[in-house]
Amino acid sequence: MPIHEKSLIRPENLVEQDELVVDGIDVSGHWSTFITSRAVTDYNEKMQDEIAGLAGGEFIHRCWQCGSCTNACTINALNNDFNPRYWIYLIRMGMEEELLLDKDIIWQCVSCNKCTYACPRDVNPEGVMKATAHWLELKGHTPKSPSMIFDEGFSEQVFKTGKIEDGLVLRQFFAATGQKLTQTWLVSMVVGLIKRMPLTMLTRLGLATFFRPRTSNWGAARAAIDEYVSEKRNENHRLLGLDKMEDGR
Amino acid sequence: MSKKHKEVAYYPGCALEGTAQSYDRSTKAIGKALGLPIKELDNWNCCGAMEVKNIDPKLQTYLSARNLSIAEDMGFDSVMAPCNGCYHNLKKAEYDLEHDASSREITARLSNKAGHRTYKAGKVETIHALDWIKDSVGEEGIKDKVKDGLKGLKIANYYGCMYTRPRHIFPEKDQGPGSESTSKPHYMDDLLDAAGANSVEFPLKTACCGGAHTLSDSDTSTKLVLNILQAAEASGADVIATECPTCHTGLEMHQIRAEKMFGKKTKVKILYFTQLLGLAMGLSPRKVGVHENFSESLPLLREKGLG
Repeated sequence: MPIHEKSLIRPENLVEQDELVVDGIDVSGHWSTFITSRAVTDYNEKMQDEIAGLAGGEFIHRCWQCGSCTNACTINALNNDFNPRYWIYLIRMGMEEELLLDKDIIWQCVSCNKCTYACPRDVNPEGVMKATAHWLELKGHTPKSPSMIFDEGFSEQVFKTGKIEDGLVLRQFFAATGQKLTQTWLVSMVVGLIKRMPLTMLTRLGLATFFRPRTSNWGAARAAIDEYVSEKRNENHRLLGLDKMEDGR
Repeated sequence: MSKKHKEVAYYPGCALEGTAQSYDRSTKAIGKALGLPIKELDNWNCCGAMEVKNIDPKLQTYLSARNLSIAEDMGFDSVMAPCNGCYHNLKKAEYDLEHDASSREITARLSNKAGHRTYKAGKVETIHALDWIKDSVGEEGIKDKVKDGLKGLKIANYYGCMYTRPRHIFPEKDQGPGSESTSKPHYMDDLLDAAGANSVEFPLKTACCGGAHTLSDSDTSTKLVLNILQAAEASGADVIATECPTCHTGLEMHQIRAEKMFGKKTKVKILYFTQLLGLAMGLSPRKVGVHENFSESLPLLREKGLG
């Protein structure tokens, strides 16, 4: 499929002579622009299968590059480099090195599902973004993203007690990412609320931090979930060949 | 008037027990005022929100299926969730359990180990608080109960992402006239207009507030929210009506954050649609938890003669 990806042209390969006359014709400036060719030889042939094997990535093979996902994308509207269509192309072609140029922003997908809504091929691009971010972390290309740290802290609480308490989620996340709870905007939010709230409500909210909400008789569900999570983790490590790496060390 | 959903199981979810107590309070208050009995699910659990699916989507299916099995055990055929996250996840579990064998297998395995009934697709219908009001009493029922009404209060109705996307998990939507639309939802507009509001033309009804990354990528969320707030003001709205605790809290929090961090001040107020319906029916601001919102709307409500 001859798809010409403008994004694949690296800025350093765009050559332009400020002053150039060829056969008596002045082609200075952009008239003389040409692209130095470069050969990509290091295709990662396993990349698509690995990402397709992770949750959310299953239908990446259906993509026919229409670009509806990028066109609909919430984050693309804020940052042009956030380009799901292009990343799906790179993954399908095995162009890992190119994908890694964008590795630090892929986790920023907000799961608004506008892409999934627009996709005419049921690729589930939102899932592909999550699978790709997960793949980058598992392979050690990126550290755990703030989003993954949040998701893990949140999920741990759900798995442990069956419910979450939002104050605790916030405090844990700020602690895990080294942020202070005294940020001006947060303080101003809480102060504004306290000023208006009756004392009984405040007492109740305070108590909620000591008597956390939980689901009763959750032990068996917790054990079943924990078992599944560890099963799944091993499965993903096997899929990405991480188990062999660990054995070899 | 349809009698559909006359008695429903109520799934408040974690947010309505926490930051969104005013949504819980106002939902219960209007249920009472409209004569719509609700019964809270016994010993429910978190639906997985937007986080558990990123650990593993099948776990989210299981968590939601457990709640659906409780509704079934309690003898209900519909469960009402006011939170878009809960509503979305229960709908998604229903879809996956119907269409995906491995979701069925994993849910059955986890349910057996956890020692409860395995939920099977088709037993319980999940509805949103909007469906609950719209299908049971409808606009006519609201008009009957309204006292002074909302006096033409200009409202931008904000529905968010999880109420409409992805389309395939909402088979009842986009079914022609009368049904809810996934591209231009109108249930909240219909109900609030029946209560005497003046819903403005608002193009960002289903835009994203960045709720999933509200804390992990705050600057992005602030930009997305600011866009929504400014669009609402440009549409002439005094109030944004919400129907999702994540959207609601996100709008409130990033309105303050946009002012403190970027110096962008907006004055539009944010209220749950249930609070607005309650006020229209003559309930006091306190009864519908206006003081529990971060957004300080009481002065505006008083000015409009609603407080």
